[in-house]
Amino acid sequence: MPMTEIRNAQAAAAPVLQVDGLKKHFPIRKGLLRRTIGNVFAVDGVSFSIQPGETLGLVGESGCGKTTVGRTVLRLIEPTGGSIRVRGEDITQLSRKALRPYRREMQIVFQDPFSSLNPRMRAGDIVGEPMKIHGIGAEGGERARLVARLFERVGLRPQQMRNFPHEFSGGQRQRISIARALALNPKLIVADEPVSALDVSIQAQVINLMMDLQREEGIAYLFISHNLAVVEHISHRIAVMYLGRIVEYADKVTLFTRPQHPYTEALLSAVPVPDPLLKREKRMVEGDVPSPVRPPPGCHFHTRCPYAQDRCRIETPALKPVGEGHLVACHLR
Amino acid sequence: MTSTTAEIAATAPGERVIGDTVLAVEGLETVFYTRAGMVRAVDRVSFSLRAGETLAVVGESGCGKSMTALSIMRLIPDPPGRIVGGKVVLDGTDLLQLSEPEMRKMRGNRVSMIFQEPMTSLNPVLTVGRQISQALMMHQGMSRAAAMERAIEMLRLVKVPEPAQRVKEYPHQLSGGMRQRVMIAMALSCNPRVLVADEPTTALDVTIQAQILDLILELQKKLGTAVILITHDLAVVAETAQRVIVMYAGRKVEEATVEELFTHPRHPYTRGLMASIPRLGLMRSQAAQTGGRLQEIPGMVPPLFDLPEGCAYAPRCERADDHCRAEYPPYEEKRPAHWTACWHADD
Repeated sequence: MPMTEIRNAQAAAAPVLQVDGLKKHFPIRKGLLRRTIGNVFAVDGVSFSIQPGETLGLVGESGCGKTTVGRTVLRLIEPTGGSIRVRGEDITQLSRKALRPYRREMQIVFQDPFSSLNPRMRAGDIVGEPMKIHGIGAEGGERARLVARLFERVGLRPQQMRNFPHEFSGGQRQRISIARALALNPKLIVADEPVSALDVSIQAQVINLMMDLQREEGIAYLFISHNLAVVEHISHRIAVMYLGRIVEYADKVTLFTRPQHPYTEALLSAVPVPDPLLKREKRMVEGDVPSPVRPPPGCHFHTRCPYAQDRCRIETPALKPVGEGHLVACHLR
Repeated sequence: MTSTTAEIAATAPGERVIGDTVLAVEGLETVFYTRAGMVRAVDRVSFSLRAGETLAVVGESGCGKSMTALSIMRLIPDPPGRIVGGKVVLDGTDLLQLSEPEMRKMRGNRVSMIFQEPMTSLNPVLTVGRQISQALMMHQGMSRAAAMERAIEMLRLVKVPEPAQRVKEYPHQLSGGMRQRVMIAMALSCNPRVLVADEPTTALDVTIQAQILDLILELQKKLGTAVILITHDLAVVAETAQRVIVMYAGRKVEEATVEELFTHPRHPYTRGLMASIPRLGLMRSQAAQTGGRLQEIPGMVPPLFDLPEGCAYAPRCERADDHCRAEYPPYEEKRPAHWTACWHADD
């Protein structure tokens, strides 16, 4: 499907989610008085938007802040700075009560299907709980009927509503998580590594389910993952994060065919390819991701970048356009 | 490195020198006694491994790949598990016949293992140097000082920066990638004949994974170690191994060279696995035809205590018929050096 057409048609609609200059610094406390002795710069000025029915892939290595972004936009973690808008409304400062109607529209699916479901609740009650909290389907057996429909929707049998989480496999548990997220008809689902804990054959089932749901219900996803192949498969646009900042932001085809940031290049080159006949020249980056407590000055990537110059060590590069909808934070581009 | 398929097939291992058989596993059988009854985690698995070669064992969780590795190392917890049959012959010695003290002289010396999670497999209260030198003092009878010297040398070999400082550090002071390098240094310190690597890069980021895989291959060429690579990731297999075994529900279902397996997969499970992984670039070329859907393998891996009659894959297999459901297919050579267990492999 040509992505540009979809986006043009939706350009008029307000984004489901718009994030500007989002920051989250976790204080490091020490000693008897718990004095703050430093900060973890988990998210350091991140901006993006997601249109209805669109998937934004957020990729990066562990510690780059992608999970913190996902939780902060839902205000499961309070941001240190920046703003979060849901359909144009600023929710950054809203009280818990005022936030509630917006919570209905934004749900989350976690990575670990073992710890994200209450082991003492029946699967049907887990899926029905958001409805209970928001007072939906209280009359008669209405809620049970809705839950049964959700079970069918995600490929589970309604008879399984009475079972407990331990009676399901990992893939089925992730289906329960998705059904729970769907219970309130959200406009946006933040999916934080939803298939990373699953076996490959089961991964495909869950990815297909998520794509079907998007096609049929127009749900937007913020899809957080370290797996570039999965992100390429499911996303329309992709943001690459490194140490709390977005270093490149583009539509899928542009990012994978013409990556501009040296980090994106390195990341793509490092992904192993399941084809033994294809021997590629690998562009290996040296070293580890530096600590987000003391991120390197200037461009965060300069310590591992093969092209780094003096300027990169001093001056932070701004995220600037290099093409249609293609943003890169690099002095050399 | 662009060349034709034929050239690559001929030169793929690079300067790799494949030598004589160092390890022969024959009819290995490991069972676990559980509350649900006895389960066969490793069901009559055989293979051989030559010096300098990398053999990949792939499969999903519960297929028995890790249990095969632990059986070779004789690290199966007993009880509940037990190796009940077969041979593991390393340079003429059947490891399964050794006493525990004799086996201890083999582990870390002639055959070593590295694990998925380097944090939990290193001792948190000993310095990295102590841990590497322990094996050297035990197996090679080195003095403490000599062993520490060699530990520093090993860390340099695995490209840990500032090795003389690092030997004094504890595992928690190192990053995940550095810890895995330490594990590799420790495993290779006595120059073993066989290295068993159980998901060595699964817990690591892609850029670090590329570094570690590269390191293992480089050291293998330098030292001539034979490697058994246990993984669930077919892409890692394609980039590192020469031969592959595909396991399902405790058994080998297919075995071939890497090139052969990826170009002519015979078993429906192998085909399903290959079709279900999203590939970089695939969407760009095929999105229009496939509608963006990944091929699924329906259902899930059956629990080992509840295996179906006949072929264990039959309930998930689109080709399965009554024959498949009644009788387990024989493991046969369908093409030269390409073995598979499927009634429909010739279709």
